[in-house]
Parts: sequence; structure tokens; C-alpha cells
Amino acid sequence: MASAAVPTIAPGGQATSRARLVSAIQRQGAVIALAALIVFGAVRYGAGYYSVYNIFDAFLNNNTYYALIALGMTFVIITGGIDLSVGSVAVLAAVTAARLSVYGIGPAVAGGVLIGLVAGLINGGLIAGFGLQPFVVTLAMLLAGRGAALTLSGNAPVMVDFSHGFTQLGMLRVGPVPLPVLITAVLYLLGVLLLNYTRFGRHVLAIGGNEEGARLAGIPVGRTLVAVYSMSGALAGLAGVFLAALSFSGSPTGAIGWELSAIAAVVVGGTLLTGGVGSVGSTLAGVLLLGLIFVTLNFERGQGTFELNSFWENFIRGAFLLIVVVFQSRLARRLEVPG
Amino acid sequence: MSEPVSGSVGQVTSPSLAPSRLTTSWLPGFVRTYSSLVALAVLVIFNIVFTPNFLTVGSFNANMTQVATIVIVAVGMTFVIATGGIDLSVGSLMAIAGVVAPMFLLDAQQFGLPAVGLALAIVVPLIATTVLGAFNGTLVTVVGLQPIIATLVLYLGGRGIAQLLVNGELRELRNLGSPLVPSFEFIGLGQVFGVRFQIIIMVVVVVVAIWVLRATTFGRYVLATGGNPAAARLAGVPVNRVKMTVYCISGFLAGLAGLVVVAINRSADPHRVGEYMELDAIAAVAVGGTPLMGGRATIVGTFIGAMIIQLLRFTLIAHNIPDGITRMVIAGAIVVAVLAQRQRSS
Repeated sequence: MASAAVPTIAPGGQATSRARLVSAIQRQGAVIALAALIVFGAVRYGAGYYSVYNIFDAFLNNNTYYALIALGMTFVIITGGIDLSVGSVAVLAAVTAARLSVYGIGPAVAGGVLIGLVAGLINGGLIAGFGLQPFVVTLAMLLAGRGAALTLSGNAPVMVDFSHGFTQLGMLRVGPVPLPVLITAVLYLLGVLLLNYTRFGRHVLAIGGNEEGARLAGIPVGRTLVAVYSMSGALAGLAGVFLAALSFSGSPTGAIGWELSAIAAVVVGGTLLTGGVGSVGSTLAGVLLLGLIFVTLNFERGQGTFELNSFWENFIRGAFLLIVVVFQSRLARRLEVPG
Repeated sequence: MSEPVSGSVGQVTSPSLAPSRLTTSWLPGFVRTYSSLVALAVLVIFNIVFTPNFLTVGSFNANMTQVATIVIVAVGMTFVIATGGIDLSVGSLMAIAGVVAPMFLLDAQQFGLPAVGLALAIVVPLIATTVLGAFNGTLVTVVGLQPIIATLVLYLGGRGIAQLLVNGELRELRNLGSPLVPSFEFIGLGQVFGVRFQIIIMVVVVVVAIWVLRATTFGRYVLATGGNPAAARLAGVPVNRVKMTVYCISGFLAGLAGLVVVAINRSADPHRVGEYMELDAIAAVAVGGTPLMGGRATIVGTFIGAMIIQLLRFTLIAHNIPDGITRMVIAGAIVVAVLAQRQRSS
């Protein structure tokens, strides 16, 4: 889980080792919490907790949507931006994929991803080309995407076609691993490589660190921003395709609040909203942590320890986000104080 | 609208001081307000010409009823955005106020006097949402979180609190069997001299906000905080107290809007009250011409922005345009509005 940042000159002396430790906890806090939760669950609930079904179907497969969206969001947030449109774009892609599913799996997947890419291109174009604020542009796309989804679906869920293979996307497995999980894992691997080992990744980090500086240093800021928002749109599109394949329909009213869940996952992972710093691996840890908390709560409910109705879910999500961000900000602040 | 010409022909040096000061002091704000006013006028004229029964009391009341709650929330949002912040929690706070109010609409004698029960049904929700606004403010100032994350906590958690308070059940006011209910519903349904009471609430909120922003020290502090927090702090502006106060204002006004919605609907739905309100309010502020970076703000603009979005929605629905296309048009209007402002101000 290599964490990438704009290279800075390390402050000398013994302060560095302590600072490095605090920094590591801040960046890897989600990984540590994730590991702790897995150990806790495995000890408390036994084999059912780490059964193949629970790991790959109940847990991972249900979190591929958030994982994909959060991956794109990580790049956007590292540039210092935000993408509020991902939930709507995912829904638009889900409806598109469901509509195209009669032509088979290829056109459906391509259509969904493509429409997401186009939405992202528009976002990026407006942000980079006209210097508009990402918050407003993607807010408008949030409305437009939902509107387009409603129009394309005729205000009702579109059932997917079962006879031309689209639903295979949700059913195929490689060994015990469902295809969506495998694809998501591969994309995360590519994301790590892209951010840490390519010129593009360096540009993304540099823009987030100091956009004006990056521009003056000759970095193609506009092009990079367009690419980042397009990527976010395309990944949201793919998440929508998975949603359609796994729920057998493209519903124009689904995926509400996904953008905020994705932002929460990115932040819980330790990527700062100020931009310039961030890690793809940490985002994955953030997504998995948020997902695993609910799997674990379900197990606890199964043991009959307490009765939690579904309304606790929102409350717990909010409370958890609060604890993590307060903890992180304290660590980040300690980093700023030398010695 | 004559643009001041800076420098003479062929001159490539930086513009002289006088015109540039002119453009940065009063002209952008005026022009920005003016351009949105033109858009609003176009919409009104279009409806007068093409929409049957537009110039009727019923149609006026329908539009104003829809826009009142958005304006009330958007005024609070304007203050928050003027300091460079954002408040995503307003919809959830509305829901909390909405479910707390019915808890005090009980037997008329429950609190001694009937008026006490009614007062509690109004005051306690407002106190609750103001305190939650202070919670947002604390996260932003004391903990030092970014506003979008700080208020995301209550966006998620606040909805949960509202749902948990009533176990997810919708409360129909008339099923409470309380004699206080009609008085409470006056907030949303009552009329004073033929004007809906909620419209009066909205006007009062707008007028007070204009006065606060223009004529009080606090208003100056708000703009200074958003313009340059570091400089404001050095100049003696109590930046943290100002930020804390704007989140409290936003919480209070969200609570007020929540009460209005519950009174109009005659029911408190913990899942639906205030849904998407943060988006409507932010859109109204942006269309109205308050830049999201902070430092400048126009309450009149926010009011006009909310009216534009509402009238646009009304116009499209009145002409049987499907909901989906309506949303796309509104999205386009938001982009056009911020594009226009960007070009005017640069």
C-alpha cells in the first residue's frame, strides 16, 4: 500500500522517525483498523465469517460499486477537486447497460462505460476549459445525469435482457472469485501503478499540491484534469454496469448518495481533501473497512446480542466517519508541529 | 451595462488603478445580480405569455410555497458559503426538526397551558438544529475539518438520528389527536391578509439576512473571513467565532424550514423531509451569484437564484416536459449561470 505524495525535503534530525510513525498511522490507519476488525470477526464468529460465500459474495461483490467509484474519486480528490456526479452517472450507465443488454454483454458494458466517460469528459472540459469550480460543475452533472437516466428509462426501472448473456457478468467466476470482484481488483492494481509509477500520476499529484506551480512547471494541467474526471466518469459507468448486471435492472432512482459514500471511503482511507497527497491502496482499505463494518454488524445481529434496525446504519456510518476524521485530523496536526 | 474601458488603444501595460477598482468594488456584484434578474424577468414574461393561468393567486401561491423553504435554507447556506464553507447537513437537520416538533404536540394540558406545548413544538426543534449547527461549527473550527467532510458527518448521521427518533415511522399530524395541531399547521398553511404565512417567514428571513450582511459588523466579518481567513485573523476578526456562528445560523434556518415543510405536509416523514435540500440550496446560491470560494455574497441574488430554479421547474412542468428533461435543463442553467458570472467578474 505505497502512499504517494509530492516529494518533499525531509526535515532532518530525530524528529523524522517520530513524524514518519505518526504519518504512517495517519495513512495506514484504515489498514490497521481493517486488520483488527477481520481478526475480531474471525475470532468471534468463527468459520462463517471467513467462509467463501461471506468473503466474496456478501462482502466483496456488494462493495465493487463503491470500490470503483472511490478509485476514480481518489484521483479527482488528489488533484484538489471533487466529483459529486458519480452516483447519477452510475445510474445513467446502469439504465444504458440494461437498455443495451439485448445486444449482448459487449455492447452493454461498452455503452455503460462510454456514457460514463462522456459525462466525465463534460465535467473535465468545463472544469479545465472554463476554470469552473469542480463542486458546481459536478453538482450540475449530478442533476443532469439523474435527469438523463429518468428520460432514457421512461421513469421506470429497465429490466435487463436475460437471453443474450449480459447477466453472465454477475454470475461468472474465476475459481471462487466473482468476475466483478476480479475486474475491480485488476483496476485497483492498475490504479496503483498509474498513480505511483507513471508521469501521469506525478502530474496528478503535482496539480493537487500546487496547481499554479504545476502550470508554471509546464505540466499539462488542463489535459490531466480532463483525463482524471473522464476516468472518474468511466469508472462510475462501470459501477453502474455492475449494478445493472447484479440487480437485473437499471433503475433511475438507485445509487442515491453514492458520491458521498465514495468521498467518505476516500477520506477514511487517509487521502486528504486538500489534494496533493493520496494513495489508491488506502482508498481500497477505506472502502473495505466501511463495508466490513456492516457485514460485522450483521453477524452481531445474528448472534442476537442486540437488535439493530436498519436506521442505525445511517447513524453508525455518520458516527464512524466522525471518529475517523477527527482522529486523522489530530494526527495530521501533530505532523505539522515539529519535534 | 457599460463596461469601463481600461487603458487606451494599443496600450499593453496593466490597467490603470481607477477603472480596475471600479470593476472590483461595485460593478461585478451589481451586474451579477442584474444578469440573474434578467433571466428571472425572461422566465416571468415567458410564463405570462405562454402559460395559462400564470397570473393567478393560486399559481403565485404554488410557486412561492415551493420556493419558500428553499430560500430559507439557501439564506443560511449563503452565510456559510460566504465564509468559504459549505453545509451538506441542512436536509438531515430539517428532518430532525420535523420529527422533534410532533413530540410536543400532545394533550393541550400536558404543559399546563396550551401555548406552552405549541411554543415547545417550535422552539425545541429550532434549538436542536442550532445546536447541531454548532456541532458542525465545532468540527470546522476546533477540530479543523474541511467543511464538506465536517457536514458530511451530520448529512449521514443526522438522517439516522431523525429515523431513530421515530423508529422510521411517518407521523401524521392529525393522528396525534392534539388540539394544538391546527395552530402548528398555521406555520405552513395559515394566511395573513391573504398571504401564506410561510411566505411571510421567508420574507422576514431574507430582509433580516440582507440587513445583517450589509449593515452589521458581523456581516463584514463574514465576508472578511471568506475572502482571506489569515488576513482577517491578523486584522482582528474573530474568524473561528464567525465560522461557528454561520453554521449555527444555517442549522437554525434548516430547522425553521423543516417546521414549515412538516406543517405544509401535515406529516413528519423522517426519510423524505429535506431530501436533496442541500443541492437545491447550493444551486440557488450558485445561480444567484455568490461565488463558492467565499468572500462575496448576495442574499438578493440567492433569492433570485431560488426563484429562477423554481420558475424554470414550474415552466417545464406546466408545459408537460418530462421530469428527466426538466432536471437536465436546470443543470444546464446552473452551468450557464456560473459561466456568465465567471466572464463578468474576470
